[in-house]
Amino acid sequence: MSENVEQKNTKLVRKLVFIVLGMFGFGYALVPIYDVFCDITGINGKTDTEAVTDVKYEVDLGREMTIEFITSLNEAAPMVFRTKTKKMKIHPGQYYTVNFYAENKTDKKMVARAIPSVTPGPAAEYLKKTECFCFSEQTFEPKEGKTMPVRFVIDPEIPSRYKTITLAYTFFDNTAQR
Amino acid sequence: MSAVTAEHDDHHDHGPAKGILRWIVTTNHKDIGTLYLVFALTMFFVGGSMALIIRAELFEPGMQFVDPQFFNSMTTMHALVMVFGAVMPAFVGLANWMIPMMIGAPDMALPRMNNMSFWMLVAGILLLASTLFMEGGAPAAGWTLYPPLVLQTGTALPFAIFSVHLLGISSIMGAINIIATIFNMRAPAMTLMKMPLFVWTWLITAFLLIAIMPVFAGAVTMLLTDRFFDTSFFDAAGGGDPVLYQHIFWFFGHPEVYVMILPTFGVASTIIPVFARKPLFGYASMVYATAAIAFLSFIVWAHHMFTVGMPIAGELYFMYATMLIAIPTGVKIFNWTATMWKGSMTFEAPMLFSIAFVVLFTLGGFTGLMMAIAPVDFQYHDTYFIVAHFHYTLVPASIFILMAAGYYWLPKWTGNMYDERLAQLHFWLSAISVNILFFPQHFLGLAGMPRRIPDYAVQFADWNMISSIGAFIYGPSQLIFVYIVYKTIKGGTGEKVTDEVWEGASKHGLEWTLPSPPPYHTFTTPPEKVPTEHF
Repeated sequence: MSENVEQKNTKLVRKLVFIVLGMFGFGYALVPIYDVFCDITGINGKTDTEAVTDVKYEVDLGREMTIEFITSLNEAAPMVFRTKTKKMKIHPGQYYTVNFYAENKTDKKMVARAIPSVTPGPAAEYLKKTECFCFSEQTFEPKEGKTMPVRFVIDPEIPSRYKTITLAYTFFDNTAQR
Repeated sequence: MSAVTAEHDDHHDHGPAKGILRWIVTTNHKDIGTLYLVFALTMFFVGGSMALIIRAELFEPGMQFVDPQFFNSMTTMHALVMVFGAVMPAFVGLANWMIPMMIGAPDMALPRMNNMSFWMLVAGILLLASTLFMEGGAPAAGWTLYPPLVLQTGTALPFAIFSVHLLGISSIMGAINIIATIFNMRAPAMTLMKMPLFVWTWLITAFLLIAIMPVFAGAVTMLLTDRFFDTSFFDAAGGGDPVLYQHIFWFFGHPEVYVMILPTFGVASTIIPVFARKPLFGYASMVYATAAIAFLSFIVWAHHMFTVGMPIAGELYFMYATMLIAIPTGVKIFNWTATMWKGSMTFEAPMLFSIAFVVLFTLGGFTGLMMAIAPVDFQYHDTYFIVAHFHYTLVPASIFILMAAGYYWLPKWTGNMYDERLAQLHFWLSAISVNILFFPQHFLGLAGMPRRIPDYAVQFADWNMISSIGAFIYGPSQLIFVYIVYKTIKGGTGEKVTDEVWEGASKHGLEWTLPSPPPYHTFTTPPEKVPTEHF
């Protein structure tokens, strides 16, 4: 009888350890699941990470929206980062270009990356960028300042409940990681 | 052949080893249960001291005793020590002591692993405590360890993470052991639906543990690689998302809070029928309610994150799913009340603590329901209201029930009766001061006082002072418990207790059919019959 119980224990423990390992893997699987889920639903305000092709939209002159721009630096990134255009009135379907200025304040070469975020989140999928400094890492020579354009369009399909869209960029200093 | 038989017989006859080695190498479920319980009680006072440092600093506005960094370490360490060092080990200790005796098994299914899981717990907690003395201080980003803040922890970060790994492995091993014991070691007469509810709730808790602890281990491992190996799970600069951590954490974190409350339900369902001298009302519904709560705990996690930004559909889903939990929980509350209804109740310490649990846990449950409502949660989020809520579900619930369990089974464990008068004093001091301590925190939270701050605006001064006074009554009152336990082990009131201890208890649980104290090895042959009173 006792041997029988031992065998049963071994079999059960094996199954339970399998569940444990499976759940450890599930924790990691949540990472791609989360990304895919956000990608499909567009709920975390992430915009496309690549340029979209230049599509000709019909400009909706009857509708005016406000777009706001926010620039910020992560932690103590030793940079200047600003834009002259804080907010502007736009028509869906029309292409606009806004210039951002970033500068490396250090005496060393710097690699930095700007991360965009759109509020309200679900509006992100209607914001299309054909040109953006956020698509790739930016390299700055010592003390170098750069003016960088963003060319975008709001898809006229955007539901009428969206009146104002805020596009925020945060620059992260990635030099240490390179 | 005969030599082998002789050795085999020796194995059955020996008592405990002598000296300190008995406790280090023991594989006996009663010894390991004692180790867990003593360790948990010690950690209860370590974590409690941290809480008193917090309450001393908050006694009045302004900075009094500690600097803000250390204050934040205290809130973080208090939570980690109480969750992983006190409440969880205390219930594992009870499981070790009681489950084999309740189901008629000679010991736990995997005794050596049992020993190992206890000592890994000690190692994990020591590693965690060592961070207090490190450069940059102990973790101070809250027990939830949210990035990016937690990644700013100094030298302590990897130690805290490895400590979480050790604690996780320890509780996974404990859980596997409990499942194997319950599935494979029951006396033949002990069918699943005849098991005492403490055994049932622990079985379900153990499954929660093996499902969630690995997820938490994964989350902290991601923090570790983000900090030291340039991965970008939660780092926005590399394409990660800090909100992802919150999802993974609360996928673990919400079931985790039920890990601390389900065994509490089990003990309450064991004690209340004995002192009401009635069978438990609705045994089967209790089992199904426990399973339902466990299932729901996996699909409600984002109610901890209503304010991080979620689409309206998500807020609504998590709001309604969370409210569903009130149904099985309500079933339990009504069952306990119905068990007491027209019972011949007596009010010894275990029963007093259990009744206080039913009342005060219900209060904590109601504030939980308030916070389940997504739109109003925006007011409560990260205020003292949430602090009041989860302390009501942990202190006068889990801790009270652990005290009740202590008084209830101590005469069985030691063979001596505890001092009922002192126990009554302990109860009344605890029950009154715990409300002075936590009730005002509801008002503070509603008025807008944020949690985890060392200083506050003067309009919060009065209620904070009252809360701190409650804390300084509640904390020292618990020393009465230590004294009672010590005195009981040393002979107690001198009154020799019967096997049954409590009138009619042997109709409720197999452990009361054994001598008090039980011999070192019990149920080496399974019992023929099992009590059926709890139907």
